[in-house]
Amino acid sequence: MDDRVILRVGTKVLSPFILLFALYVQFHGDYGPGGGFQAGVIFAAVFVLYALVFGLGKAMKVMPAQVAYVCGALGVILYLGVGYLSMFRGGEFLNYSYLFDPEHDPTHGQHYGIIGVELGVLVTVFGVMVALFYAFAGRRRIDT
Amino acid sequence: MTETMVQIVDVVLLVLLAITGIAVIRTRNLFAAVMLAGIYSLVSAGLFVVMDAVDVAFTEAAVGAGISTVLLLGTLALVGYKESKPEHTPLLPLFVVIVTGGVLVYGTAEIPPFGGADNPVHQHVAAHYIHDSEQEIGHIPNVVTSVLASYRGYDTMGETAVIFTAMVGVLLLLSRGSLPARVHHDGHWHRVKLGVTREELLAEMEDEEAHDRTVEQEDDADG
Repeated sequence: MDDRVILRVGTKVLSPFILLFALYVQFHGDYGPGGGFQAGVIFAAVFVLYALVFGLGKAMKVMPAQVAYVCGALGVILYLGVGYLSMFRGGEFLNYSYLFDPEHDPTHGQHYGIIGVELGVLVTVFGVMVALFYAFAGRRRIDT
Repeated sequence: MTETMVQIVDVVLLVLLAITGIAVIRTRNLFAAVMLAGIYSLVSAGLFVVMDAVDVAFTEAAVGAGISTVLLLGTLALVGYKESKPEHTPLLPLFVVIVTGGVLVYGTAEIPPFGGADNPVHQHVAAHYIHDSEQEIGHIPNVVTSVLASYRGYDTMGETAVIFTAMVGVLLLLSRGSLPARVHHDGHWHRVKLGVTREELLAEMEDEEAHDRTVEQEDDADG
């Protein structure tokens, strides 16, 4: 464990850049390939990498399992929240054109609505992927 | 890229795909099978790129080659790396696979040519998305995003809910079950710390019991 210097240093150096790339994928989804789903997986991959190199215990200190569970639920709530907000604003469920005042340009509402729901997808996918990895990796082998 | 170059890339990728698929079936070493499955996903992602479906390719590379390989490796760590020999002959499965494959190949005869402008898929809503999304959704050059998040917002909401449900299902099946915030044991309440497993909790309580017993014995000795 302790003599794998290249792996440990490499992970530490790469992690912030991978996180940054995930954010790039998230916010550049409007202009190129990418979006919440891919960004969430890349975001979760950082913690999977961390757990593979430094062990599950340390990874769970950085990103506790409870936080991942909460993220998994929070993203769905965020998505639904954007949908209900546009409903209370007078439009249909998930019709983002109504997110702002009626005299506002409806495409602005569309833009922010898409950012909102993509953020919801990111948070859910990130939380679920980390939670799944913890669930699989956290079990000890049962010898029969 | 010229037409022949695209075809060469296609053939190379498809041959790689077939080789990897056969290798996955042939190998008895599950570790190798998992790694080959990851390669299979990566080659499929390459095929999606050739077919201009970059968003799908991105997802395939991240999920198929990345996360699911790690999850499968996590499973192998629990169940072992060797596949046991099948107990029955593979004749019936082979027959089923050949018939299904034959039907699928027969079905491809009816599929319209790839990328044809008057394919049915382009006659429905796709033309509307491409022409009017600039006006309706605003300046989002990647139409895939505006279809996914706005036109088809309900679908994506369902997908997000499915992913959440997957987490709930896996946690119900695989986690040791969350322990209550406190447990009553040996006459008093114990606070349970977050992340403590059932075994650790039981060991902790046994330690305390043993400690209590020695204290009692000391008290007796004093008295």
